[in-house]
Amino acid sequence: MWGILRRSAVDGGGFSASSLRRTRFSLVSARSYAAGSKEMTVRDALNSAIDEEMSADPKVFVMGEEVGQYQGAYKITKGLLEKYGPERVYDTPITEAGFTGIGVGAAYAGLKPVVEFMTFNFSMQAIDHIINSAAKSNYMSAGQINVPIAFRGPNGAAAGVGAQHSQCYAAWYASVPGLKVLAPYSAEDARGLLKAAIRDPDPVVFLENELLYGESFPISEEALDSSFCLPIGKAKIEREGKDVTITTFSKMVGFALKAAEKLAEEGIGAEVINLRSIRPLDRATINASVRKTSRLVTVEEGFPQHGVCAEICASVVEESFSYLDAPVARIAGADVPMPYAANLERLALPQVEDIVRAAKRACYRSK
Amino acid sequence: MATSFSATLPLHGSQENRLLLPPIRLAPPPSSFLGSTRSLTIPSSRRLYHAHASRRSPVVGVQEVVKEKKVTNSLLITKEEGLVLYEDMILGRSFEDMCAQMYYRGKMFGFVHLYNGQEAVSTGFIKLLTQSDSVVSTYRDHVHALSKGVSARAVMSELFGKVTGCCRGQGGSMHMFSKEHNMLGGFAFIGEGIPVATGAAFTSKYKREVLKQDCDDVTVAFFGDGTCNNGQFYECLNMAALYKLPIIFVVENNLWAIGMSHLRSTSDPEIWKKGPAFGMPGVHVDGMDVLKVREVAKEAVTRARRGEGPTLVECETYRFRGHSLADPDELRDAAEKAKYAARDPITALKKYLVENKLANEGELKTIEKKIDELVEEAVEFADASPQPGRSQLLENVFADPKGFGIGPDGRYRCEDPKFTEGTAQV
Repeated sequence: MWGILRRSAVDGGGFSASSLRRTRFSLVSARSYAAGSKEMTVRDALNSAIDEEMSADPKVFVMGEEVGQYQGAYKITKGLLEKYGPERVYDTPITEAGFTGIGVGAAYAGLKPVVEFMTFNFSMQAIDHIINSAAKSNYMSAGQINVPIAFRGPNGAAAGVGAQHSQCYAAWYASVPGLKVLAPYSAEDARGLLKAAIRDPDPVVFLENELLYGESFPISEEALDSSFCLPIGKAKIEREGKDVTITTFSKMVGFALKAAEKLAEEGIGAEVINLRSIRPLDRATINASVRKTSRLVTVEEGFPQHGVCAEICASVVEESFSYLDAPVARIAGADVPMPYAANLERLALPQVEDIVRAAKRACYRSK
Repeated sequence: MATSFSATLPLHGSQENRLLLPPIRLAPPPSSFLGSTRSLTIPSSRRLYHAHASRRSPVVGVQEVVKEKKVTNSLLITKEEGLVLYEDMILGRSFEDMCAQMYYRGKMFGFVHLYNGQEAVSTGFIKLLTQSDSVVSTYRDHVHALSKGVSARAVMSELFGKVTGCCRGQGGSMHMFSKEHNMLGGFAFIGEGIPVATGAAFTSKYKREVLKQDCDDVTVAFFGDGTCNNGQFYECLNMAALYKLPIIFVVENNLWAIGMSHLRSTSDPEIWKKGPAFGMPGVHVDGMDVLKVREVAKEAVTRARRGEGPTLVECETYRFRGHSLADPDELRDAAEKAKYAARDPITALKKYLVENKLANEGELKTIEKKIDELVEEAVEFADASPQPGRSQLLENVFADPKGFGIGPDGRYRCEDPKFTEGTAQV
């Protein structure tokens, strides 16, 4: 069954870096940037990252539901089956525990799988393998068996998909020692972090966001290079400011940036930190920023109790207590399963106004 | 009897596509059944499942018990039954078509999975159940809910996300629940509903044996071909047979799981064979034919009610639309779609009713008109209904809202009258 498809010649669907520079961009007119800067959607960024890593290392293969013939449930793996063939791009049956286990086993034996979950909600069916077979193995075997596997897929809420499709798993996975957990925002993050994840010798959970896939971001020439890689464990300061630190990841970075613009109109300079890496958390950058601004607002989409924000607040209180001028603030999703109704869903997720309000409160500018 | 019915309809696709097979006997009669497959000797030449093989067509799996039944006339249904079946299938079809329209007009959002083409399975099984019997389904659950008795208004409002929906707008398309009608969901993860259904059947048996109540409720679990590769399916087949639970596992084998063909993802595509491996009868039936489905369903339900245990029924069916309204549906062959479109269950039943003089065109048209009006009225009702109020966000998280804990003032949070006004502040 696998042998039926043939690899077509590379050129037609090729995603090599040079052809990307020539052909893959939609120059979105809404943004005003200097002439010559390129834009790339997060989807294309992820696709190009997987493509380049697969061509660089034949041990890398992709496994998941609908990743091959269907071109990917969200089209992230588009063109890969045609380019690399069914021996390296596997359409699996619907059996997360099974194929995740197979992926982990393949990694034990020296291959480098990229396992796609259609959404991270489905990873709950495979979580035993992610935690017990992958995360803990290097430790249990005293370094003999490392697991160079990457688990990727959309995480968090989409639009109107109900309670079972909208949970954010950043906090759960980030609490496990032995795992690395990454959450990109922009196209550059997506490319650099996914390449780092695939090259990494440890299991990496790569949390994307469905609503960001179609968004375009400017991307530098350096990021388009096939050896481009971002360091794991380093946060990025998306916007500098001196009045309040806002830390967040994934889709909420966009909201935080919008909030920062609104705050700037009122004279409050917000520093927006894009965490990029949830485990290991870049406590140094966060604390350095808080020592500069003296106020902290952390934002995430997931459930509030035991969330990523809780860890950041604890870290800041532990390390920068004397620098704080206001109580640390957490903004998270509502403490309810995600409702389906559109208005309730909007109420259940943080909005730009919530971030603005919290930042102003931290600056003692509101009730 | 099944054979007389099959004379009027083509069985399982055109003749030239049928692989020549000896008719396969079904599972042996219940009493001697211990999971052995005494009659299933399969000639090895049959095992050529290349990717584009059309489906082979074994004999419909109806137990010997049914064949021995004495029938005075050769018809399978009475006029009243026929009209009930017809109305239910028309309701399912019109409702789903209206969903598609509403989705493209932006009134519905998120994931919507439509059931067009598979109505015979839902109607064939659910119309034999009582209100206290349970049904568990997947995300393709609108029509299961409708057949079970949830009103079209309630389902449509739920899809619009309004407070008058069957789950007050909190569940959505994939999570239709109704305690009154024992519709136990609506699950987004495939395979998830099967253990839940097995549990409902467990409860029925427990009530009868431990609580000594007079309970012969059965549970019907609906799921697809993709689910049959999932571990939970096998775990539940094992336990249901082990505990002899009153459950019927209904596989709606429409050959495709989003874009993944059943033949590409399954080592042995004949799902009904997996029943005997676990100690229960496995039956294959033409799911595009409501009367055949109904005959098999009657037998399976009766078996379950008598306490003889579970049955696995594989219904060969097809979805006329894509996996969901967001699916471009590029991978399915147009010829395959046409082949099954020609076997539309509604057209088939209509033909049967008219040819056997059980109803005339006029009566059927009246039913269609009535359903059209019903569905339109459901849309108007849903449109006019209000969205859920802000305070609803925190309701129903727990059955006992003390689960929200004690607030800073020492009292339970839920007792504070202002509790439901905040959102991110909670």
